[in-house]
Amino acid sequence: MRIPITSYRLDNGLLVTVSPDHSAPLVAVNLWYHVGSANERAGRTGFAHLFEHMLFQGSEHVGSNEHFELIQRAGGTLNGSTWLDRTNYFETVPSNQLAMALWLEADRMGALLPAMTQEKLDTQRDVVKNERRWSVDNQPYGTWWERLPALAFPDTHPFHHSLIGSMDDLSAASLEDITEFFRTFYTPDNAVLTIAGDVDEAEARRLVELYFGPIPKGAGKPPLAPMELPRTFGDWRRVTVEDDVMVPRLFLAFRSPVFGHPEYYAASVCATILGSGKGSRLYAALVRETELASDVGAFTYDLSKGADLMIADVTARPGVSAERLEAEVAAEIDRLRRDGVTADEVQRGLALIETGYVSAMQSAGDRADKLSMFATYFGDPALANEQLERYQAVTAADVTRFITSSLGEDNRASLLFVPRKASEDIA
Amino acid sequence: MTTAPRPGAGAPRHYEFPHTERVTLDNGLRVVVANIPRLPLVTVLALVDAGSSNDPSGREGVASLTARALTEGTTRLDGASLALEMERLGSGIDSGSDWDEAMVHLTVMPTRLERAMTVMGDVLMTPSFAPRDVERLRAERLADLLQQQVEPRSLAHDKFSEVLFVAGSRYGVPSSGRTATVAHLDAEAVRAFHAARYGPHTTTLIFSGDVTLERAVALAHATLGAWTQTTVSPVAIDDQPRHEGRRVHLVHKSDAPQTELRVGHGGVPRRHLDYFPITVMNALLGGLFSSRINLNLREKNGYTYGARSGFDWRRGAGPFVVSTAVKTEVTDAATREILHEIARMREETVSADELSLATAFLDGVFPIRYETTQAVAHAMATAETYGLDTDYYSRYRERVRSVTADDVRRVAREQLHPEQLVIVAVGDASVIRGPLEALQLGALHIEDTTV
Repeated sequence: MRIPITSYRLDNGLLVTVSPDHSAPLVAVNLWYHVGSANERAGRTGFAHLFEHMLFQGSEHVGSNEHFELIQRAGGTLNGSTWLDRTNYFETVPSNQLAMALWLEADRMGALLPAMTQEKLDTQRDVVKNERRWSVDNQPYGTWWERLPALAFPDTHPFHHSLIGSMDDLSAASLEDITEFFRTFYTPDNAVLTIAGDVDEAEARRLVELYFGPIPKGAGKPPLAPMELPRTFGDWRRVTVEDDVMVPRLFLAFRSPVFGHPEYYAASVCATILGSGKGSRLYAALVRETELASDVGAFTYDLSKGADLMIADVTARPGVSAERLEAEVAAEIDRLRRDGVTADEVQRGLALIETGYVSAMQSAGDRADKLSMFATYFGDPALANEQLERYQAVTAADVTRFITSSLGEDNRASLLFVPRKASEDIA
Repeated sequence: MTTAPRPGAGAPRHYEFPHTERVTLDNGLRVVVANIPRLPLVTVLALVDAGSSNDPSGREGVASLTARALTEGTTRLDGASLALEMERLGSGIDSGSDWDEAMVHLTVMPTRLERAMTVMGDVLMTPSFAPRDVERLRAERLADLLQQQVEPRSLAHDKFSEVLFVAGSRYGVPSSGRTATVAHLDAEAVRAFHAARYGPHTTTLIFSGDVTLERAVALAHATLGAWTQTTVSPVAIDDQPRHEGRRVHLVHKSDAPQTELRVGHGGVPRRHLDYFPITVMNALLGGLFSSRINLNLREKNGYTYGARSGFDWRRGAGPFVVSTAVKTEVTDAATREILHEIARMREETVSADELSLATAFLDGVFPIRYETTQAVAHAMATAETYGLDTDYYSRYRERVRSVTADDVRRVAREQLHPEQLVIVAVGDASVIRGPLEALQLGALHIEDTTV
């Protein structure tokens, strides 16, 4: 399955991708800025994400709550999200509203700062602190997504610190920070724009040039601290966290090849074999057979620089100790190392990945996001059309090779959550 | 740098919801098909009139347990083999239930549809319900309930229904049951429920995607044509709220950094004649990002990451509820603002400009909701479950557009009941109790979940 992809660059460096599909009268507009929490300076954890919120607070020609309102009035859906190495903004609108969506994105890329005020910053700071409370602090196991990168990446590494940020650092963020961050990172040469759906290519080119063409190129961004890491952790590192939870849960991470690397595809298939679906190794062994776990998962983080992580996530049944849980998961990993995987297991993994990929191509928004991802990380959105072939080339020997090199005891990081009253049996 | 002027909209292009065709097999099974040949994908959804509303008293949770156990093995394939067979076809086969229906669904490439349908047929007709598998799923539900004691969102959700509905109402107990009722369930109970509720008369098989009517019907016939069932009587549900006036139920969670708030009362059934005006009214009140409640609590006051309102549409009258999580210290202020917005919705007629925010959104977003075969199948399922008119989706947009400001005012007055509001707060009682009492909202009851 291949989708039509055209891409070109404006004089100011903006990489534009257009992918027409006229099956329904709707179009997705998707921007990725190549900036994430990795680009934050010391003392400003959480800033990239707080900044994302500020992009919905209006721009020179758009009022405070108008961005959301204009898109919703147009019959569109919209949002944004921040990740370790990128921030995205996206909307899907009826295709006759494409110009409005592009104009709104261009106005905030070109002229955000005139709309920024201390009051808006203070309100969004409160909103983000509430987002932190809601998704991290007041949620069982909620701190895993800041504890795991902290355990898996060295202190000095750009992926080490918290994406949502500390309350203190959020409090310290100022309007001067907004100005500096905007001027450094929110420039056309540090962004990609994708338009997917019911769009005429010539009309798209005209609108993009009209709205984004006049925005000046940036002055470049400071380099990140060194990203490269050894192939393995070099040890089996462990952190145990007492939390307000009723049963233990283990996140077991392995350093793995970066997204896009030839070996990445074997790691991704390995994750599917290990923990994706009821036919996976961990589900069959720990949920169905021994009944020690109630839930399992495995996935890759899909980081494209430095090193990626493959993670197994297993929740214990009541009465099962944290030590037992970790030992049983490790035993399944060791079984993989001893026996490797079968061609049948690889076929199962590939079939699931294939259906997932085609399913994701149904929605214009998902399609645009994938194209923006390949444009941002590799400068080539057309790589989206090669992914299935790359997966299909993966053999059982490739997966077994990945297992041998990456799932050993010298490459494990255990983040283990245990109930606060750890000494008592809660069963 | 010059910025070009704000553009207007171009001419909208026509959109039609996918055309559906229906056939009834000799054994009573209904087959509904939307042929969408855009991508090589087919979604199959079996919709069975066997939702949680059918649970016998004292056995709450049996419908949910039965639905989940369907895919844990058949007389032909045990659970592990069934999972592997489906995943080799690139699909899970998921089963579950809501208040009104049980569902089994899968999405596969069209070349794999025959094999997938064989499994679908077995799962519906000849599930094995092995005691060990049923017991495992039961234990997993009990584990969920245990975890819920420290999970404020689902705790607030379930507590709200428990406090709202009259004793004995099925809606007052979580759809998957509570600890005391799940404890009574076993493979025998599951088999009995399956025998009573599952069969061709209670099942609709929905296909959407790259499949023709002929192929879908032939597959339905081959896999489910031999299924038989005696007549099943519908179950009436008691959906009455307690009508005890406004009251506050506080669930203590020590040191909670946020309060999970639920504010609402009894709502109306899905087939209510004012469905469209109520939907538009709710969109303005708390259904949209730019709604009154979200703009007030989030964008004006920064009390929360988000706040929304909604009518929970069911065959019976599900609840109307405002949901949010707010910083502990502003629990009283947030509650006061929610009450203020509910009252204001009743008292003032919305402007034409504000009205169009909701009508233009619901009208314009319609095609965007049905981009995937899964979304189309679920829309078809909704139409089946609630017996919506055959032209429901083709007329949806004009019916949204025809809602007036007077309609919105009328349904706000008829369907929002400030004096009947139930307020559930899960948070740190040592901080929020005093301020909530000071609001003088009504009787306050405190519950301590500390284990």
